[in-house]
Amino acid sequence: MSPAVLVHPVNRPQRMYDLIAGPWHWAVSGFLIAQVMFALLYAGKSFGVSANLRTMCTIAGAEKYSDFFRIDWREQRWNLLFIAGAVIGGFIAYHLVPNPEPVQISEATITHLRSIGIESPAATSTGGFVPDSLFAPENFLTLRNLIALVLGGFLIGFGTRWAGGCTSGHAISGLSNLQLPSLIAVIGFFIGGLLMSWVLLPIIVQL
Amino acid sequence: MRYLYYLFVGIAFGFVMTKSEAVSWYRIQEMFRFESFHMYGIIGTAVVVGAIGVALLKRFDVHAYDGGELSLKDKNLSVPRYLFGGIIFGLGWALTGACPGPMFTLLGQGVWMIGVVILSSVAGTFVYGLLRDRLPH
Repeated sequence: MSPAVLVHPVNRPQRMYDLIAGPWHWAVSGFLIAQVMFALLYAGKSFGVSANLRTMCTIAGAEKYSDFFRIDWREQRWNLLFIAGAVIGGFIAYHLVPNPEPVQISEATITHLRSIGIESPAATSTGGFVPDSLFAPENFLTLRNLIALVLGGFLIGFGTRWAGGCTSGHAISGLSNLQLPSLIAVIGFFIGGLLMSWVLLPIIVQL
Repeated sequence: MRYLYYLFVGIAFGFVMTKSEAVSWYRIQEMFRFESFHMYGIIGTAVVVGAIGVALLKRFDVHAYDGGELSLKDKNLSVPRYLFGGIIFGLGWALTGACPGPMFTLLGQGVWMIGVVILSSVAGTFVYGLLRDRLPH
């Protein structure tokens, strides 16, 4: 028997596994994200993750402090389940079918990040999902990491609610529905993002 | 049963976000530095496929599974809330490398410190709720 015949039945599941383990091409990923939006539209809902932050405030009792939180959180239960799924999906994708190689970003970005003291994706313990220098628990109680995580999160929560949506609600759902307000929001996302990446982040990581 | 549907769609979302590497802090830096097409490809494909799909849904007057209207209402046009709110979110997005969806997916991956980002984002939404009447919309 030729080796090829022996190898073939073993290879096919392996190839299937490799395909699922990724990383996936951007076109496949973008197509599937659009399907997530359609799946929610078909259920009579809309794709918008940041709305959950408001629901969480309501559940925590925020309606005592502002009418903005006077909503029936039970009507948002579906969205809470969606993000519970996003947690589980992250667990499965990362732990059960791990990506075979660290995130491959451009050399230019690696060089720049090194110059401001952030390690390359390959040097992280997470396979390049987050830098240990900012996200490792033992590095938390430093001024720069407190700013990065606490202030960063605060800006996300404050900004998304002010703008009425985040990447899913405005960039994906809103632009797909040709909403001018969403285009203005996405332009805002980029003004803020560029200011952070080019100007503020290099300062913050030196703190 | 109906709730299992949302859980399942969420699982698919978290899986895609991980395999596409869109949850990577590094991918977000690379995007804002214009040093790779990857993230633009993902968002661009989602928007093009989404826009074609939404146009078809409207054209053929497709309804939700229960016969209700699809949730595709027009947003009220104004500039300040979208622009200023957008800028603030953009600052947080580029700093933490995560937007609200990926925050939860990263938690599932075991990046525990993203829990700090999630709690802070809930606090940020709370403070927005307190100041809402004093902000331009």
